[in-house]
Amino acid sequence: MSKSKFKNPVVKWIDHRLPIFSFMDHELNHYPTPKNLNYFWNFGSLAGFALVTMIISGIVLSMNYTAHVDYAFDSVERIMRDVNHGWLIRYIHMNGASFFFIVVYIHIFRGLYYGSYKAPRELLWILGVLILLLMMATAFMGYVLPWGQMSFWGATVITNLFSAIPFVGESIVTWLWGGFSVDNSTLNRFFSLHFVLPFVIVGVVILHLVALHRFGSNNPIGIDVRGTQDTLPFHPYYTIKDLFGLGIFLTFFSSAVFFFPNFMGHPDNYIEANPMVTPAHIVPEWYFLPFYAILRAIPDKLGGVLFMFGAIAVLFILPWLDRSPIRSSQFRPIFKFFFWVLLLDCILLGYLGAMPAEGIYVILSRIATAYYFFHFLVLFPLLPYIEKTKPLPISIAEPILSGGATASAFAVREKK
Amino acid sequence: MSKNSKSKNNSEGKRDFLIISTYTMAGIGAAAVAWPLIDQMNPAADTLALASTEVDLSSLEEGQAITVTWRGKPVFVRHRTPEEIKLAKEVSLDDMRHPETDEERAPNEKFIVLVGVCTHLGCVPLGQKSGDVKGEYGGWFCPCHGSHYDHSGRIRKGPAPTNLAIPSYEFLSDNLIKIG
Repeated sequence: MSKSKFKNPVVKWIDHRLPIFSFMDHELNHYPTPKNLNYFWNFGSLAGFALVTMIISGIVLSMNYTAHVDYAFDSVERIMRDVNHGWLIRYIHMNGASFFFIVVYIHIFRGLYYGSYKAPRELLWILGVLILLLMMATAFMGYVLPWGQMSFWGATVITNLFSAIPFVGESIVTWLWGGFSVDNSTLNRFFSLHFVLPFVIVGVVILHLVALHRFGSNNPIGIDVRGTQDTLPFHPYYTIKDLFGLGIFLTFFSSAVFFFPNFMGHPDNYIEANPMVTPAHIVPEWYFLPFYAILRAIPDKLGGVLFMFGAIAVLFILPWLDRSPIRSSQFRPIFKFFFWVLLLDCILLGYLGAMPAEGIYVILSRIATAYYFFHFLVLFPLLPYIEKTKPLPISIAEPILSGGATASAFAVREKK
Repeated sequence: MSKNSKSKNNSEGKRDFLIISTYTMAGIGAAAVAWPLIDQMNPAADTLALASTEVDLSSLEEGQAITVTWRGKPVFVRHRTPEEIKLAKEVSLDDMRHPETDEERAPNEKFIVLVGVCTHLGCVPLGQKSGDVKGEYGGWFCPCHGSHYDHSGRIRKGPAPTNLAIPSYEFLSDNLIKIG
């Protein structure tokens, strides 16, 4: 106790018995962080902020929501019209889901570009993919709760995916529904799961952070930190940088909430669910569109479902698909080129997922789906054998001190 | 040395100003975010809209009482007998916990209108039905913790701190009242 670094006697007393303050001091204050992180490293903390925003706004919404087929739609409309600030809280929750996926997708592509999934961060990456899966389940069930037309038919289509499983598919779907169609039992269990899964996500996020703090953040150069000369304490350097990024994020987020709250939604979901009439053109929320495109690209029910889930499954084994020891694509010219191809491919899949499943769109969907799996299953394992990589700098400090990312990049800069 | 320490003090003062103003703005922002989250628990517009109830008293005989719902709470209306009115008016206010005259509490002496919620801890007192215990003062009796109310709904004995509340109401005609 005499060696305690805390001056406040209450803090000192508590910390001696429950070292929570030492823990926070170690993990949030002194935590050594590579000094060359760029703004793409802001998106982890932004995702955490989005998660907390979703949980707080969600708890508040649940105080005013009724999970029953006869009342759900009206209770959401009551939130919009009668509950004090209800419109604001619901628009925050609605758009928060989209922004959560935006920052998480950027976070994932950051990891792909800089090879953040490679040893010793494989589990960190896998936990992240698990968070993505949980987010998708949570978002899907949350979209069902307002009980609009898109809610109802989205729930019907997605739960029917499981009917593709041979032999037991139909029984599983009946079990998921708690009946013979999407009905009150389905709505009730979706509400229950939608409420509890975010807390499961918090648990996995904590594991994600424990795994992160084991070896610390990767960095744009992707070489290991060699010592304190390569790092900065997290506070105040990265707390202030994260806060600045948060300010930018909130500017975009508030613009959406206040000026374009329904931009990312579907007008059909403001029509109450009708089990007798399917809307002419049903599409999932934008963040599911690439996966939806893969589902529709495969001309076989079971095949489509398998490829759709396979698109996420390949992410789980990514640390073993990419055999190259070099993390950052700054030193992998071919990998870097194909990274951008993959990004465009995913955007194309997202576009195709929103288009009707006919004509040229089907053909393009198949090409884009084929590329997606080619990238992960063929390109990643093969590239290390054919790619000539650039020389790695000796340390994180070296390219900063010499004024360029590498010797060659330095030369390019000289020409300018 | 003195010049150095002076410029150091200046920059420290500037830093303090920046830190304090940053924290102040952050605090205002946090409060502005917290308020909608807190205020959503207050009554919603549709709840506030259900704020009045009309009651027809034409079938209420002398000595009878009815209970109606207003804002989710019971409201007692009793058609008092002449003896009850006399008792309520003549009793001395000196030893009452919450002295109020019967004229203040019942502008139309035949009908007493009360919020039927005990002012102690919110139970509904007995005394509306003919077989109910009406307490030592003949009005209402709260069975939860034993508060006795008289014919005017005034607390006379027991733990309740104040008389039964009078809702705002008006007589639309001789036999029709609007509560709220």
